[in-house]
Amino acid sequence: MHLLVCIKQVPNTNEIKIDPKTNTLDRSGATSILNPYDAHAVEEAVRWKRALGGTVSVLTMGPPQAKEVIQKSVELGADRGYLLTDKAFAGSDTLATSYILSTAVQKIASSIPVDLVFCGKQAIDGDTAQVGPGIASRLNIPQLTYVERIIEIKPEQQTIKVQRHIDGGHEIVESKLPCLVTVEKEINELTYAPLPDMIRAVRYHPVVWSVSDLDADINAMGLKGSPTAVKKIFTPKQRAGGEIWKGKADELAKKLVPLLIGDVLSCRQ
Amino acid sequence: MSEKFDAIVVGAGVSGLAAAYVMATNGLNVAIIERGRKPGAKNVMGGVLYRKMMEEIIPEFWKEAPLERPIIEQNFWLLDHNSVVKTGYRGMEWADMPHNNYTVFRGKFDQWFAEKCVQAGALLINETAVKHCIVKDGRVIGVETDRPEGDLYADAVILADGVNSLLAKELGLHTEWRKDEVALAVMEVLKLSADKIEERFHLNRGMGATIELFGDGTDGMVGTAYVYTNQNHISIGCGALLSQMSERTTTPYELLERFKQHPMIKPLIEGAEPCEYYAHLIPEGGYRSVPPLVRDGVLVVGDAAQLVNGIHREGSNLAMTSGRFAAETVIRAKEANRFDRQTLSHYERLVRESFIMKDLKKYKTASKTLEDNPDYFHHYLPAVNDAMKEMFTVDGVSKSEKQKKIIKRFLRNKSVLGAARDGIKLLWAVK
Amino acid sequence: MQAVKQTANEVWVFAEQLEGTLSNVTLELIGAARALAADLCGTVATVLIGNQVDELIPTLFEHGTDTVYYVNAPIFQWYRAETYSRAFCELIQKYEPEILLMGATTTGRDLAGAVATALKTGLTADCTGLELDAGQKLLLASRPALGGNIMATIVCEKHRPQMATVRPKVMPMPERISGRTGTVIYEQVELREQSLKTKVLEIVREHSADTKMEDANIIVSVGRGVQNEHTLVLAQTLAEVLGGVVGGSRGAVEKGLVDDQHQVGQTGQTVRPKLYIAVGISGAIQHTVGMNRAQTIIAINTDETCPMMKLATYGIVGDAALVLPALIHEWTAALKPSIA
Ligand SMILES: Cc1cc2nc3c(=O)[nH]c(=O)nc-3n(C[C@H](O)[C@H](O)[C@H](O)COP(=O)(O)OP(=O)(O)OC[C@H]3O[C@@H](n4cnc5c(N)ncnc54)[C@H](O)[C@@H]3O)c2cc1C
Ligand SMILES: Cc1cc2nc3c(=O)[nH]c(=O)nc-3n(C[C@H](O)[C@H](O)[C@H](O)COP(=O)(O)OP(=O)(O)OC[C@H]3O[C@@H](n4cnc5c(N)ncnc54)[C@H](O)[C@@H]3O)c2cc1C
Ligand SMILES: Nc1ncnc2c1ncn2[C@@H]1O[C@H](COP(=O)(O)O)[C@@H](O)[C@H]1O
Repeated sequence: MHLLVCIKQVPNTNEIKIDPKTNTLDRSGATSILNPYDAHAVEEAVRWKRALGGTVSVLTMGPPQAKEVIQKSVELGADRGYLLTDKAFAGSDTLATSYILSTAVQKIASSIPVDLVFCGKQAIDGDTAQVGPGIASRLNIPQLTYVERIIEIKPEQQTIKVQRHIDGGHEIVESKLPCLVTVEKEINELTYAPLPDMIRAVRYHPVVWSVSDLDADINAMGLKGSPTAVKKIFTPKQRAGGEIWKGKADELAKKLVPLLIGDVLSCRQ
Repeated sequence: MSEKFDAIVVGAGVSGLAAAYVMATNGLNVAIIERGRKPGAKNVMGGVLYRKMMEEIIPEFWKEAPLERPIIEQNFWLLDHNSVVKTGYRGMEWADMPHNNYTVFRGKFDQWFAEKCVQAGALLINETAVKHCIVKDGRVIGVETDRPEGDLYADAVILADGVNSLLAKELGLHTEWRKDEVALAVMEVLKLSADKIEERFHLNRGMGATIELFGDGTDGMVGTAYVYTNQNHISIGCGALLSQMSERTTTPYELLERFKQHPMIKPLIEGAEPCEYYAHLIPEGGYRSVPPLVRDGVLVVGDAAQLVNGIHREGSNLAMTSGRFAAETVIRAKEANRFDRQTLSHYERLVRESFIMKDLKKYKTASKTLEDNPDYFHHYLPAVNDAMKEMFTVDGVSKSEKQKKIIKRFLRNKSVLGAARDGIKLLWAVK
Repeated sequence: MQAVKQTANEVWVFAEQLEGTLSNVTLELIGAARALAADLCGTVATVLIGNQVDELIPTLFEHGTDTVYYVNAPIFQWYRAETYSRAFCELIQKYEPEILLMGATTTGRDLAGAVATALKTGLTADCTGLELDAGQKLLLASRPALGGNIMATIVCEKHRPQMATVRPKVMPMPERISGRTGTVIYEQVELREQSLKTKVLEIVREHSADTKMEDANIIVSVGRGVQNEHTLVLAQTLAEVLGGVVGGSRGAVEKGLVDDQHQVGQTGQTVRPKLYIAVGISGAIQHTVGMNRAQTIIAINTDETCPMMKLATYGIVGDAALVLPALIHEWTAALKPSIA
């Protein structure tokens, strides 16, 4: 089995602050991390590699520092990593990103055929959840999004059976391989990497590709290849506040109830 | 058995990085193990880094290291409730390269320093904690980490794991620090524009100043408080002996809040926005608390060895220098291929003969003197403030009259002899 | 009724349904589409794909659709990206809508990504605001970015349709006009089961005993400030007295006070109740984006300066452990007659 995981380096959104006066992002304190969903995707790929034999490759598009998330994936048990880095890629939206990634997947697959592509459910910086379906669509392979559990993979029959999260429940879906799976965090618990893998990761250098290494149309990438554009950035409008009440709890409660009794009664009908 | 290293350094603080850098540049195969997400992620320091000691490790580091501001002015304030007596020194010779010292953010600085170590060939493993030293026949031969298959072996292990050094403790090099051997320090990083900083501290563009405060900054407890200028931030903090802090039941945070509200401090930080908050222990035991520094196969450096000059708030320089000494010792040991205590005791000798032990020895009674004599903080410090007020208030009273009043105030409830004795003790302890 | 081929100025909505149950977000989007269509001087059309779901059509009209494109075949019994995106792409190529809206649900996002890529057009995911630049017929789609710290308005100037997915509960539910009707256009899509690669084997609905939170009118939401089991029980009791449900912040989820199905906020549910009572919740932006459309917000917090207080209709400064019992007492008394 050749399992390929698309991973993204994202700013740790927990650490981002917004400067309320200038309305600009203060990313000074924010570090970069492997998109949490992608970590679970790598973990899942590695588990199936261990069960079925094979290789796990990871693929990322990003600045040269994105090497760090490849190393992180090697810690988690990935065998190999590809870093796509080029100025031509900068400014890509989801359509262009999925285009670039799909051409890289094709190139990787031309040396070792890929059976299964993994993505995270979404990237925490963009939250779009579109790149996975985009890649599948470009590669013309089925997409299984929001996967909570991979029930079985049958390499001989080239099939996979998964449990997908859907609103209000889940469904069991079967698909032919190759296909693309995007994973939820619930799919597994990350294992604490063994020390030898940590050491291997530190020493690992990924394969680095620029635009000239890909068989790709330069007009379909970067800003040029992105149909969407950010028109403006603003801080969310805060809803206007009301009154602040202080005092003894029972008195405040007495004051509050009559103000809301109508609403509460209407809800109960 | 997994791969064997020449040396393993536990902890990527300044002491460990100094050790690793020196060994790696000398061709040793070095592994650094750090429990934080990245070097510096957890390292707390108010922020003054001394040029000299760093330069001995990486010459001309100031050309590329992430530094905040070179310090051209250092102040000492004796703070009372509503007043302050200031002394200090500003020297323009410090404005030129190479500067005397710098403010730094350890988060950035340690990461840069670690990157240098990696470039020199050291292997840096983050997010991994060392749980125990592996000891065989009384010799340390490696470390056991918290990871699966987590043992790692080396000829020498350098413990640079900071003030809590559980590892040195486990090896029996020292016991739990007493509460009067460590200070609890809290600090906050406040965001303030470079212009405002330069205006409020009367600085030329890019230059920096420090203020160390004694007295009301720590609510009368033995300790110090400080205000340092960074590029676009102010570091402000205070710390007091854990023994006194726990008696008082003041939370460290309250102490810092109180300090920030002090009328002498508030104008300096007006409008600055809190970004980060840290609390950390500082070894303050000094000379008497320094444990044995080596055993067979192991050396202890930096805060882990109590190598901090509490009175002058110097730690990073002692840490780096001790790291360098340990590295030089391991390099020698490697040449001789002997890592026993006797060979490694060369490190102890280096530390003893350097400024590290000499300084620590000089200040060995400082904290104790101060702790045992609350009068320094409660009586003399306010008295000095009063004295200044008297002298500077123009109210028609003659200066000699004023002097008499001042002396009386100093001696309130004390004999001349007692006061003199207190004074001498203090001078002895801190000068 | 007359089947007229519209070539432009149509705003399309994907009718999301599971086994004949229409999702609410579809109707919300029809409402949003109406506003956009008005600015465009155009019409609203809904694309309904499924197997024998004719009975949904009147509902679509009554909420504001002018046209329903109906693709009806057994192969569409359950949603599959493979089949639905094929059908969608064919319809879009045929009718060339200006704008296409889908719910930012698991199904909507799954489909939108596939359709946008196949048509090589732009897609703005997870929007919370839609406006129109009528002059240029440009959809201004706003969405939170970078953990909700900022909002970005995104446009797609040169490609059509302009696609957006929109979070449930963000757009108001349009008023239902009973008897309102429109045009149904029946469409056929050539697809054979044998040529497909995916198969849905089973649908499992996870029924929760209590009311679904996103539909609740009254929510008592707990945060990290709910210090102990005792205070949690008080919050639950208040919810019970008011006939509401209990939700929580991520702080509360992390603390194990509520399960993650009941998390309100950016990575949880968006809710739009009449009454939202935030107990010990500081009001981080990631939380408030999920609840700031509530009609009335009550904050109970010891910290008068926290963001939730600034948001609240009534901010009660106090310890939850003391305020909750007082509220329970008063409400119980006030609601007694209506229970009887
Ligand atoms: C508030 C404050 C202000 C200060 N201001 C100054 C100043 O202005 N100037 C100055 O010179 N000094 C200052 N100091 C002192 C200075 O910070 C320390 O002396 C110095 O950081 C010591 O360096 P170190 O390498 O020994 O330890 P640390 O910097 O504490 O590094 C120890 C490292 O070891 C890691 N570690 C610990 N245990 C393990 C384990 N089991 N496994 C793996 N890794 C582990 C830690 O994560 C950490 O990275 C200040 C200290 C404080 C607290
Ligand atoms: C990418 C991302 C996505 C996120 N998504 C979500 C999300 O979907 N939903 C979400 O909620 N969060 C989300 N968060 C987390 C969010 O940033 C906050 O950390 C979280 O909402 C805080 O929860 P809290 O208000 O319960 O806790 P805290 O912020 O710790 O607030 C506790 C409050 O309780 C008050 N309090 C304390 N004691 C009492 C008392 N006795 N009585 C009354 N009040 C008291 C305190 O004053 C304080 O205001 C997300 C974060 C990120 C980075
Ligand atoms: N630049 C990228 N490089 C590699 N994979 C990516 C990249 N961007 C997105 N992905 C993958 O697509 C998933 C969804 O991302 P998004 O659509 O941005 O929410 C992520 O979890 C990744 O698996």
